Amino acid sequence: MSTDAITPTPGPAPAAPQERQAISLFRRDIVVRALSDSVRKLDPRVQVRNPVMFVVELGAAITTVTWLIQALGGSTAGHGSGSDPAWYTLTISVWLWLTVIFANMAEAFAEGRGRAQADTLRTLRQETVATLEDGSTKRADELTRGDRVVVVAGELIPGDGTVIEGIASVDESAITGESAPVIRESGGDRSAVTGGTRVLSDRIVVEITQEPGQSFLDRMIGLVEGAERRKTPNEIALNILLAGMTLIFMIVVATLRPFGLFAHTNISDTTLISLLVALIPTTIGALLSAIGIAGMDRLVRRNVLALSGRAVEASGDVDVLLLDKTGTITIGNRLAAEFIPMPGVAEAELAEVAQLSSLADETPEGRSIVVLAKQYGIREHDMARLHAEFVPFTAQTRMSGVDIDGQQLRKGAGDAVIRFVSAAGGRPPAELQLTLDRIAREGGTPLAVSRDSQVMGVIYLKDTVKEGMRERFEHLRAMGIRTIMVTGDNKLTAAKIAQEAGVDDFLAEATPEAKLALIREQQATGRMVAMTGDGTNDAPALAQADVGVAMNTGTQAAREAGNMVDLDSNPTKLIEIVEVGKQLLITRGALTTFSIANDVAKYFAILPAIFVTTWAYTRGGQGPLHVLNLMSLGSPRSAVISAIVFNALVIPLLIPISLRGVSYRPVGASALLRRNLLIYGLGGLIAPFIGIKLIDLIVHNLLGA
Amino acid sequence: MTFYGWLTIFLFVAVLTAVAIPLGGYMAAVYSGERTLLDPIMRGPERLLYRLMGVDPNREQDWKQYARSVITFSLVGWLLLYFILRTQGLWNFTGLNPMGFHSAPWNVTFNTVSSFLTNTNWQYYGGETTMTYLSQMAGLAVQNYASAAVGIVVAVALIRGITSRSGTSLGNFYRDFTRTILWVLLPLSLIVSILLVSQGSIQNFSHYLSFRGIQNLTQTIAMGPVASQEAIKLLGTNGGGFFNTNSAHPFENPNGFTNFLEMLSVLMIPAALVFTYGRLVGSRRQGYAIFSTMMVMFLGAVIVCYIAEAHGSPAQHAAGLHTGVLAGSTGGNMEGKEQRFGIAGSALFNVVTTATSCGAVNSAIESFTGIGGAVPFANLSASEVIFGGVGTGLYSILLYVLLAVFIGGLMVGRTPEYLGKKIGAREIKLVALGILITPLSALFATAMATASSAGRASIDTAITGHGPQGFSETFYAYLSQANNNGSAFAGYSGLIQPNAGNLGAHGITFADLLGGFDMLFARYAPILFALAVAGSLAGKRVSPAGLGTMRTDNPTFVVLLIGIIVLVGALTFFPALLLGPIVQGLTGHLY
Repeated sequence: MSTDAITPTPGPAPAAPQERQAISLFRRDIVVRALSDSVRKLDPRVQVRNPVMFVVELGAAITTVTWLIQALGGSTAGHGSGSDPAWYTLTISVWLWLTVIFANMAEAFAEGRGRAQADTLRTLRQETVATLEDGSTKRADELTRGDRVVVVAGELIPGDGTVIEGIASVDESAITGESAPVIRESGGDRSAVTGGTRVLSDRIVVEITQEPGQSFLDRMIGLVEGAERRKTPNEIALNILLAGMTLIFMIVVATLRPFGLFAHTNISDTTLISLLVALIPTTIGALLSAIGIAGMDRLVRRNVLALSGRAVEASGDVDVLLLDKTGTITIGNRLAAEFIPMPGVAEAELAEVAQLSSLADETPEGRSIVVLAKQYGIREHDMARLHAEFVPFTAQTRMSGVDIDGQQLRKGAGDAVIRFVSAAGGRPPAELQLTLDRIAREGGTPLAVSRDSQVMGVIYLKDTVKEGMRERFEHLRAMGIRTIMVTGDNKLTAAKIAQEAGVDDFLAEATPEAKLALIREQQATGRMVAMTGDGTNDAPALAQADVGVAMNTGTQAAREAGNMVDLDSNPTKLIEIVEVGKQLLITRGALTTFSIANDVAKYFAILPAIFVTTWAYTRGGQGPLHVLNLMSLGSPRSAVISAIVFNALVIPLLIPISLRGVSYRPVGASALLRRNLLIYGLGGLIAPFIGIKLIDLIVHNLLGA
Repeated sequence: MTFYGWLTIFLFVAVLTAVAIPLGGYMAAVYSGERTLLDPIMRGPERLLYRLMGVDPNREQDWKQYARSVITFSLVGWLLLYFILRTQGLWNFTGLNPMGFHSAPWNVTFNTVSSFLTNTNWQYYGGETTMTYLSQMAGLAVQNYASAAVGIVVAVALIRGITSRSGTSLGNFYRDFTRTILWVLLPLSLIVSILLVSQGSIQNFSHYLSFRGIQNLTQTIAMGPVASQEAIKLLGTNGGGFFNTNSAHPFENPNGFTNFLEMLSVLMIPAALVFTYGRLVGSRRQGYAIFSTMMVMFLGAVIVCYIAEAHGSPAQHAAGLHTGVLAGSTGGNMEGKEQRFGIAGSALFNVVTTATSCGAVNSAIESFTGIGGAVPFANLSASEVIFGGVGTGLYSILLYVLLAVFIGGLMVGRTPEYLGKKIGAREIKLVALGILITPLSALFATAMATASSAGRASIDTAITGHGPQGFSETFYAYLSQANNNGSAFAGYSGLIQPNAGNLGAHGITFADLLGGFDMLFARYAPILFALAVAGSLAGKRVSPAGLGTMRTDNPTFVVLLIGIIVLVGALTFFPALLLGPIVQGLTGHLY
């Protein structure tokens, strides 16, 4: 971060954490597209990537064929389905297809939302013709790394790059959603421009830093659309577990046929397939990819672009957060805290001069001086009535002030004021330098105040800790995350602010090398480190960190080094990123638990139905296993159908929770585990008993199955 | 139910815990190479054994080398035992075949050898009518030691994988194996043998005794070196009886005290290893959590079984018999139980032996009530994690721990980690396979056996027919063999033996081979997966635990772990259990 301590220019004010409006799931175009996609995704080549749903689809196909044979009057007795009526086979078959379609729909809805966002972005990628520095033109999509293009006011910037000449205000609202234009200039940390944004004023020369088709915009479209989605490590691991469970249930169901025959019970293919589908973890299998896509989407809504799903997952694991002090923990705009008069000057007098010199100063520092002066009983003056003439701040003078009634009131950097006073024939008192040094040593910023040739005193500008930071760090601690404040300040100052802000640790006098070393050191002890940064010198650390969030206002180098980009350039966004990461993992775990716990009820629905007459003492009577029909489901066929219908319906019912994510509370791992076990474990045990019974009431009592 | 019954159970748990904690500490010292009390005595024999085996005990092995040693060692052991059993009639000059027995047929021998190699000790034969003293001592007893030690060292290797911070070494198989035999199994066996002999167990090479009984019929009393084999049979959770009636035989298990001692011997090492684990991973609480998990499930099984047996059987109730406690009688279902052990002593022994992979029995499991008999089924369905076999119990439950960590870990919002090590795709693949193998082979083998006429040939139709009892026997046979347990619902046979001494005997090849492969597969595949998990975890970066890390040493985790073990077992076996013990438990009707 470039925080030239003496320059009281307003830095980019950290945007308030804003959330993009979630695109409604029920927008007509999304719904239509999702519905057609859910059918299109029935293609076995798509399904085979998800072993759980592939098994369901196979089952659906087999039952459909069985039904066709039955409907055409053929015999299926050889396959054990002889006694099944055709309507039963058809019903099961339809609901198995619906199960697959519901699963596809979950994914399609999640993708649809992203796609709607991508469409908005795509409109930016219109055919632009770029003017190269040598006057020739080139189509925007043919620009390669190293091309230098000229962009003037009103034009779209044709590609990602770095400003190498000039300064301009740029409207980046299309990408960031932030309507206020931002300044982009050559050199420094605000030199990066993004393709698709519009130059509002002036002329800049941009050196393109992207290859064709790989611009930030392209990547962003790919990401929100889910086209570049690759399975994350944890998702792969979970998929393996689900495949393993599917395998075991296939064996369980396959062996049930001979077991049944031993007990003189013939179980039809359709019923066995129903049992298999009910048992395999279809709920989580159907929702797994939607959960991942939705996680990305939730980040996008918070204006964060994760360049890989892996990074989102890793953010749930973050143990250590490196936060820059300035602009993150402290306001960054230093505020007046104290007036220190020079010998022979009354404090109130200094306050009045300071106030007058700041009346026209609209920077936060200037306003804070006016506010502080009020405490001395000094009323606000009316500039116009005073016939004051405002002297604005320039980089050359490094002072600002007013000329009022022939008096020259100035405030500014210590050496600048000393030079100014000396030029006017005055002699700065010896105390001045001492005071300036002391304040600098304490980490504050001194502003000297003068009236003509007299130095009146010094304004102590202090970096203040943002409100609510202490609570946020409490919050992080409760999540099990340690915060380390990184600052260029000396140890004394750093310690003071660290204590005030309530961070766990700090790195003072930080250089880029020291930052990198700190990250490596933390990682060596097995911790996952997250950090934010925007400068080119942050790039190595951003690349080293497990989660590196680059500010969109930062340099191109920083944006490429990190694995996330925060479009709001709000460093505290990390907290939300971590929460999204945790939510993603919790949602996966919770729905897996729910899915497995559901099986118990399904066993109690289907097995008594299968074995209702097994080992009956009398011909046609009910056997001893009949008592296991705990839900007292109406008939064996109604029981199987109800279980399958429940199994299918639970998928769309859980789509909202998988897209929204299970809520995360920083209450400590054990409490969180207890809570989720109760809701999704115990809940998953009980819910299907109720659900299946209710469906049975409809299927059996109303429809007569 | 009686006060003394409950007191026995309570005392047993208390004594077990009191013995297991220091033993666990001692074993931790043995495996981390610290000095122990036995060092001065055992150092010499240890060096001698290394020289005999021609191995370098200091060569560190990664998981593949370790696994190769396990397999090589087991293969040599298998061939040697097969050789001994098939040639037992040729060693009469040693004086260890006083009854002049022949060898059992090849197929039964295949089953028996696989059975003792895998710590199963499933017996299609009766010891006193089939085996010579040489086979018992040099063959079966040797494998009782070896198979127990193999189980323990695999668990130790897995612990090393979990704890190691760098490198790929899991230790050295031959060093771990030798130290297990010399420092743990031999000394404990010696103590238990002497205690057994002091209570009336026999230890001789005599010819069987013959005399006229009170009904004036000739009776034979089998003899043999019983006490020495009995001790390792229990301590190594092997369970293969010297005699056919196993621990119900008065020479194997003379009285109430030895009954208590035998149950203690069975659980001693499996329970101690859990504490060893806690010490070796540097957090005893981890050990306590696993111990609690096992103990809760164990107590649940004991309580259900004791109440069910004390309540009596449906047939008793149907006949209007009094099954309550009377003066001088504990009441309940005494069919198939020994008077000297009573209901509590039998129910407790039954749970001890089926929760572990021991399989020794002091009562007839098939004579238990429907619910009481469902308890051993449930224990076996939990795949050897309720203390389990020596070593196998620990490594099996650790696989379940990893599974619980994976699912629970997600629910606290972190990618899963155990003791600081991330559980990724590779680990979860190995864990899933390691956990699924046992139930898979049990179900698969049962299906083969019930569906084929060759399989149904083993069911004793004269007694049970092809009803639920026949199914239970078959299912139990393959479940028991897959879990390397070895206890049986009698009635399922693999050997037809018209005369003692194997003259004219022939095996039922289908049952012998299917069972043999069932045991071998369900033993060595999980061992390989456990070692692969160890190899995969070894050297993984360890992240320090924080507030956000899921704890694996608190009651919440214990509940989660029990939930997952029960759920996996129940979901896998519920349909099969339904057609066997549950049908029988739900009705008093006799099929």
